[in-house]
Amino acid sequence: MNKTLFSAVSKKFVMALAGLFLLLFLPVHLGINLMLLKSDPEPFNSAAHFMATFPLIKVVEILLFLTILIHVTYGIILQILNWLSRPVGYKVRNKSETGAFSRFMIWTGGSVLIFLVIHFFNFYFIKLGLVDGNPEDFYSVAWQLFSIPGYVILYWICFLLLGFHLYHALQSAFQTLGLSNEFWKPVIRAISLIYAIAVPVGFAIIPLVIWLFK
Amino acid sequence: MKLKLKIWKQKNAKSGGAFETYDLDGVAPEMSFVEMLALLNQTLAQQGREPVAFDHDCHEGICGSCGMYINGYPHGPVKGLTTCLLSMRHFKDGETIVIEPWRAKPFPVVKDLIVDRSALDKIQVAGGFISVTTGAAADANAVLVSKKKSDLAFDSAVCIGCGACVAACKNASAMLFVSAKISQYALLPQGRPEAKERVRAMIAEMDSQGFGSCSNTGACEAQCPKQIKLFNIARLNREYYKSY
Repeated sequence: MNKTLFSAVSKKFVMALAGLFLLLFLPVHLGINLMLLKSDPEPFNSAAHFMATFPLIKVVEILLFLTILIHVTYGIILQILNWLSRPVGYKVRNKSETGAFSRFMIWTGGSVLIFLVIHFFNFYFIKLGLVDGNPEDFYSVAWQLFSIPGYVILYWICFLLLGFHLYHALQSAFQTLGLSNEFWKPVIRAISLIYAIAVPVGFAIIPLVIWLFK
Repeated sequence: MKLKLKIWKQKNAKSGGAFETYDLDGVAPEMSFVEMLALLNQTLAQQGREPVAFDHDCHEGICGSCGMYINGYPHGPVKGLTTCLLSMRHFKDGETIVIEPWRAKPFPVVKDLIVDRSALDKIQVAGGFISVTTGAAADANAVLVSKKKSDLAFDSAVCIGCGACVAACKNASAMLFVSAKISQYALLPQGRPEAKERVRAMIAEMDSQGFGSCSNTGACEAQCPKQIKLFNIARLNREYYKSY
C-alpha cells in the first residue's frame, strides 16, 4: 500500500475535507426545511422540485453521496486501525482530560448514519419509486412524519447526537487541515459551538413549531 | 501513610499477566512515586519475594523512562509531572492505587511495568535530526532566529519521549511526540533544508510501527509531563501537506 497516500495523516485529511463539505450542505438543507413552517406547501415543494431536477444540483448530489461514502468508509477504517493500536486495554478507565464528545465520534457518527438510512427510506426512496408516495409533495410526507410522536422523538435524539458530532467535527477538521494555532483555536472552537447548536436546533424546532402552532 | 497497591505483574512479553495486590506501610508524603515503589521493592526483598520491575533513571523529570499508568492517568493525576516527580502527598492514607504499564501495540510489555518504547526511537531515527558537515562548530549567531520562533521550537524540544501521549490517547497515537520532534526542527532555519524528507519519513515510520491516528481529543496534551501543546499537531499536519 502506498505509504504516503494512505498514511494516518492523509486519511484524516480526506476525512476532514469530506466532513467540511457535509457541513456546508447542512445549512442549505435547513434553509429548505424551514419552508415547512409555511402553511402553503408550494414554496417547499418547488424548492424540493428544484433540488431534484436542476442539472447542476444533480452533479452536487452525486458528489454529496460520494462524500458521505468516503467519510463513513474512512471513519470506519480509521476506527478499526485505532482499536488495533491498543490490543490490551487498561483496567482502570482512562481519566485523561479530553475535548467534549471527541471520544465518541464513531458512536455519534454511527447514529447519524442510521438516521440517514431512515431518512433515505422516507424521502429518497419515494423519488426513486421504491416506496409509495408522491415525490412532488414532500411537504405532505414531512408533515405526516412529524405527526408521529415516536418519529419526532427519534428525530430529536438524532439531531442532539449530530450536534455532539458537529461540535468536535468542525474544530477537529481545522486542526487536521493544519489550520489551527494558539491564536485561532478559541475562535474556531466558538464557531464550532455556534454551528453545532444552531443547525441541529434549527432542524429540531420545525416539528415543535408545527405541533404547537399548526 | 498506608497504601494498597494493585500492580500489573507480567513475567515477559510472551506470557500473560495479572494484577497483584500489595499492602505497603511507612510511606512518607514527601516521597516521590518512584521512591514509594523502591520502598515496596525493599520490603519485598526483605520478605524474599520478587520485586516489581519498573523503569526509572534520572529522578528529575528529564529522561522519560519512569512512565506508568496510575489510577487511570499516565504519570498520575497531577498535570505537568513525570512519575518520578509525582509526590505521594497527592494520595490519601489508606488509598488503593492501581498501577499499569503503558498500553499500546508498539509498546510491548518487557516485564511488569516496563514496556519497550524503542518504537519512538525508530521514528526519531527515521528523520528527527539535521545533517551537518563535521568540522569546527558554526558561530551561534551566524543564522538569526526570532525570539518567538526559538521559544516555540524550545517548547517542543522539551519532549522527553516518555510515551505518555501514546498511553493517554484512546487510539494509542504518537502524533504529539512526532509533532514535537517535527516542530523543533520545522521552526528553525537549520531544520528547513530537510523538512520535506523528515516529515514524510517520520510519519511513514510512525504508521509502520502501528501507532493509531489522531482524533484531536487532547488527552495527550493533558497528560504530557512537559506540557507539549496540541497545536504542534496542526503544525505537523501543515508540514506534511507542504511536503507535496
